[in-house]
Amino acid sequence: MSSLSGNVPELPVIVEGRVPAAQLDSPSRVRRDTLRQILRSPTFVIGALVTLFWVACALFGESIAPHDPIDESFEASYVSPSWDFPFGLDRNGRDIVSRVIVGSRSVLEVAPAASILGVVLGSLLGLVMGYFGGWVDNVIGRVIDAILAIPLIVLAILVLTALSASSEGISISPLKLIMVVGLAFTPIVARTVRSAVLVERDLDYVQAAKLRGERAPYIMLAEILPNVMGPIIVELTVRLGYAVFAVATLAFLGYGPQPPTPDWGLEIAEQYADVSLAWWAVVFPALAIASLVVAINLIADTVQQVLDQ
Amino acid sequence: MTAPEASAPALALRDVEIVYRVRGHDREVVRGISLTVEQASSYGLVGESGCGKSTVALAVVRYLPRNGRVTAGTVEVAGRNALALRGESLRRYRRDVVSMVYQNPGSALNPSLRVGRQLNEVFELRGAKRGEARERSLAALREVNIGDPDSVLRRYPHQLSGGMQQRVIIAMSLATDPSLLILDEPTTGLDATVEAEVLDLIAELQERHRTAVLFISHNLGVIRKMCSRIGVLYAGELVEEGPTEQLLGDPRHPYTVGLLRCIPRGGLDKDHGRLDTIPGFLPPIGVPLPACVFVARCGLAQEICSDQKPPDYVVGPDHHSRCHFHEHAQELPRHADPTPARNGEAVDRERTPLLRVDDLSKTFHQEGREIKALAGVSALLWEGETLGLVGESGSGKTTFARTLLGIVEPTSGTVQIDGREMPARLLNRSSADVAALQIVFQNPDSALNRRHTVRRMLKRTLTKLASISGRAADDRADELVGQVRLPERVLSARPTALSGGQKQRVSIARAFAGEPRLVVCDEPTSALDVSVQAAILNLLVDLQATKRTSYVFISHDLGVVRYLSDRIAVLYLGRLMELGPAETVFSGPHHPYTEALLSAVPTIEGEQRVRIDLEGEIPSAASPPSGCVFHTRCPRFLGEICVAEEPPLAEVEPGHLMRCHIPIEELRRLQTTAPGEPALTP
Repeated sequence: MSSLSGNVPELPVIVEGRVPAAQLDSPSRVRRDTLRQILRSPTFVIGALVTLFWVACALFGESIAPHDPIDESFEASYVSPSWDFPFGLDRNGRDIVSRVIVGSRSVLEVAPAASILGVVLGSLLGLVMGYFGGWVDNVIGRVIDAILAIPLIVLAILVLTALSASSEGISISPLKLIMVVGLAFTPIVARTVRSAVLVERDLDYVQAAKLRGERAPYIMLAEILPNVMGPIIVELTVRLGYAVFAVATLAFLGYGPQPPTPDWGLEIAEQYADVSLAWWAVVFPALAIASLVVAINLIADTVQQVLDQ
Repeated sequence: MTAPEASAPALALRDVEIVYRVRGHDREVVRGISLTVEQASSYGLVGESGCGKSTVALAVVRYLPRNGRVTAGTVEVAGRNALALRGESLRRYRRDVVSMVYQNPGSALNPSLRVGRQLNEVFELRGAKRGEARERSLAALREVNIGDPDSVLRRYPHQLSGGMQQRVIIAMSLATDPSLLILDEPTTGLDATVEAEVLDLIAELQERHRTAVLFISHNLGVIRKMCSRIGVLYAGELVEEGPTEQLLGDPRHPYTVGLLRCIPRGGLDKDHGRLDTIPGFLPPIGVPLPACVFVARCGLAQEICSDQKPPDYVVGPDHHSRCHFHEHAQELPRHADPTPARNGEAVDRERTPLLRVDDLSKTFHQEGREIKALAGVSALLWEGETLGLVGESGSGKTTFARTLLGIVEPTSGTVQIDGREMPARLLNRSSADVAALQIVFQNPDSALNRRHTVRRMLKRTLTKLASISGRAADDRADELVGQVRLPERVLSARPTALSGGQKQRVSIARAFAGEPRLVVCDEPTSALDVSVQAAILNLLVDLQATKRTSYVFISHDLGVVRYLSDRIAVLYLGRLMELGPAETVFSGPHHPYTEALLSAVPTIEGEQRVRIDLEGEIPSAASPPSGCVFHTRCPRFLGEICVAEEPPLAEVEPGHLMRCHIPIEELRRLQTTAPGEPALTP
C-alpha cells in the first residue's frame, strides 16, 4: 500500500466539505426540520393525542375506569346516559364508560402486533419478488393476486374457523388472531414493497455490490432494505388502522374475546339488536372504534406526506 | 395589459430576485439579475448547476414551483410586465408571447396522446379549425426538417427518437411565432451528431422567424455556436456579460477565466499537463454570501473583495464584469499543478497485454428478434493505458463494458486479464478476478447507497475484495480517501451530505479499494460541472500514473476522451469501425463515421469546421444494414460495394485499424478537402 502513496503529488486536500451545505442540508438538520414539521402539523397532533389516550386506557384501564367493567350490580338494564353514568348502562346493567375504556385493551393487544407481523413478512416477500424478478416474481405474484381476490375478513374467518374446529367453542387467543391478521396483511404489503424494490434494484449501487461479490441475501437486506424503509413505515401505519378495524370486526362476528370480557366489537354485537331501545349501548363503542381508526389514519397521512417530500 | 411597444426588447430583467421556501425558510436563488435580450437576437446564459439558470427561465414563463416567488425586480417581455399577469391574461401571454423548450423532450410530450393531437392543439388554441390545424401542423413539421410529417403526426411520442421528439417540440414552440423562445439545455440529452443537427435547425429557424432566444446551457461550445451575447451566472448573480467573441476571447471575470481553463480542448491530452481547476465549490442555495460571491474560490481575491460588493464594471463595449480586479482576471494563478502526472513512460508492447478481448459478441433476444448489441469486437490494452470508447448511443459501448465486467454474459468471445481468461459470468469469477475489474458509474447519486456511510462502503469493499478487515480496514479506508483527496471526515458522512464531485471521488476510492487492474469509467464526469470534471479527470490520471491501472473510458465528450485516452475504439452498431492510438485516430485520416462525429462537436474556439451531416438516425440493431453497416448514413458512400460487402477491419497504418472500403490514401486526400466530392472507386 505504501508503494502507492509514494509519488502521488502533494496537492491540497479538496475543501469542498467545509461548506455551509453541511449546515443547511446535513442529515441532522433535515431530520430536525422534518420532525418539527411533523410535530407542527395539527392532524398529527390530534391523531397522536387520541391514539395515546387509547393506549393509556389499554395499559391502565381498570385504574382509569370509574366502575368495574364487568360488575352487573347496578339496578337496571339500559339506563340512558346521566351524570353518574355518562355513557349509560348496558343490558346487563354494566357501566358503558368503563367497558369502553377497558375494552381498548383487546384491540390494542392484537392490532399493532398483527401489523408488525404482516409488514415484516410482507417486506421480506416483497424484497424477494422485486430483487429476483422473473419467474419467482411471477409465481408469487399470481398467488398474491389469488389471495387478494378474497375479502380480508372472509379469509380471516375461514382460517380462524379451520384453526378452532377442534377446540371447544370458538374462543380465539390473541396470539392466533395476531397470526391470522398478520398473514392476511402479508400479500398487500409484499406488493407495495415489491414496487419500491423494483426502483432500487436497477440503481448502480446494487450493481456495485454485485461487483464486489455480494450474495443476494446481503444485497436485499443490507443494501436495498434500508432504502425502502420509507414506504415500509408508511405501510405499517396504514396497516395499523386497518388492523384495528379488522380486529373489531372479527370480535363483532364472534372471533375474538368472549363475554363478559369488555371489547368494542363484542359490545356492539351483543346489543345492536336493541339499538332502537338504547342507542348508547352501541354508539359509544362504535365511536371508540372510529376514533382510534381515524386517529391512526391521521398519523399515517402526516407520515406519508412528510416522507414523500 | 399594456400594448407592446414595437421597439421594446424581447426580454428585459431588472434587478430580479427570486427565493425558494424550503422547510420553512426562504432561500435566495437569484440575487438581482438585470439583462436584456434584444429582438431577434440570441442570448446565452451559462453557469454551473445550481446557479439559478433554470429558475430565471421559469420566472419569465411564470412557472416557478409553488415554493418559489419573485421578491423584487421587474420582468418585461416584449414590453409587457410579465409579473403582473393573472388568470386569462397569463394564459394568453403563454399562448402568444413566450415559448419554452425543455431539456428532456420525452417528458415534455404527453405520452398517451398522438403527436398530431398535441400539435393540432397548439393551432386550435389560437382559433384554427380542425382541418386547418392539421395543415399547419404538417407545415410546422416540414419546417423542422421532418421527412414524413404524415406518419409522425400519427405516432405516439415514445415511437420517436429523442432528436425527433425535440424537433416536434421546437415545431410546437415556434408554431405561435412567439416574441421570445426560451431553450433550457435543449440538446443536453442528445447524441453529439443529433445535437449538431438540432442546433443548426434552431439557428436556421431563428433567422427565418426573427425570434429572440434565451439559450440556457452549461456547454460553452454550444453557447458559442448559438449566441451573440453571453451572460455568466454564478450563485444567482450575473458576474460577467458581454458579446460572445469578446467574452470568450478576453474574459474579465476570474470565474469565466477558470471555467474556460477547466475544459479539455484544442487536442489537449494527459501527457501535456493537468487541467486547471476551480478550488472549492458553488455556495449552496440559501447561505449568506460575501460581498463578492466568488471570493471564496478566487485566486485573485484581496481584502476589498470581502468588504465591498464589486459594482458592474464596464470593461469594454457592452461588456460588464463584477470583479474589482477585472483588469487582471486573466492573470488568475493556476490552481492545479500544470506538470503532467506521468513522464511519458513508454509502454512495452512486447509484454502480455493487460486486457485482451477476442471476438466478443453479444446478442440479446427481445420479442423474438435478435439484437446484436456487440458483433465480434477484439481489442488489446496494455498496463497503464486508457482505451477510449466512442460512438452514438446504441453503438454498444455500455454492452462492451458490461461484458468485460461479467454483468452481461457474452454470446461468444473471451476476455483475458494479464493472460488469464475471465469466466463469462460474474458469479463464477474468483474474488481476485472480481477485484481486478471494477467500474466508476456515470451517476454518482445512484452509485452510492444513500443509507450507508462512506466508511461502511469502503470497509465492506476492502473486506470482500482485498480481504482486509477490522483496524487494518479502517487504516486502509483513511488512506483511500486521502488518495482521492477527500478530507478524512467524509468517512462518517452519508452520500446525501456530499456534493456530486465528492460522491464521484468516493466512487473512485471504492473502485480502487481492491487494487484493480482495469477500471471501467462509464461517463464518469457527464453528470458533473466542468470545474468538478477537471478535478476528477486530474485525479484519474494521477491514480493511473501511480498505480499503473488501465482504464476503459466511455464518454460522449470527445474532448474528454481525447484528454484521457491512449487508444481509441470507435463503435457503430456493435462493430468496431476504427481502432488505434488516440493521436492517429484524432488527427486523421479518420473513418468516415469518426470524421462525422468529430465534425459535430461545437468548439469554444469557434473554429469553422465543416459539419458533416449524418443522415437519419442510427439504424436498429435488430436489422442492421447489409454490407458495411454504416453505408446508410455514410457521407463518403462509394456505391455498390458498400451495400454488398462488409469491409474487413484492416490495419491501414501501423497499429491503426479501420473498417472501410475507401483506401487510406484516398481518405487522407478527401479529408483535407471538403466532403461531398465523389470518391474514387477502389
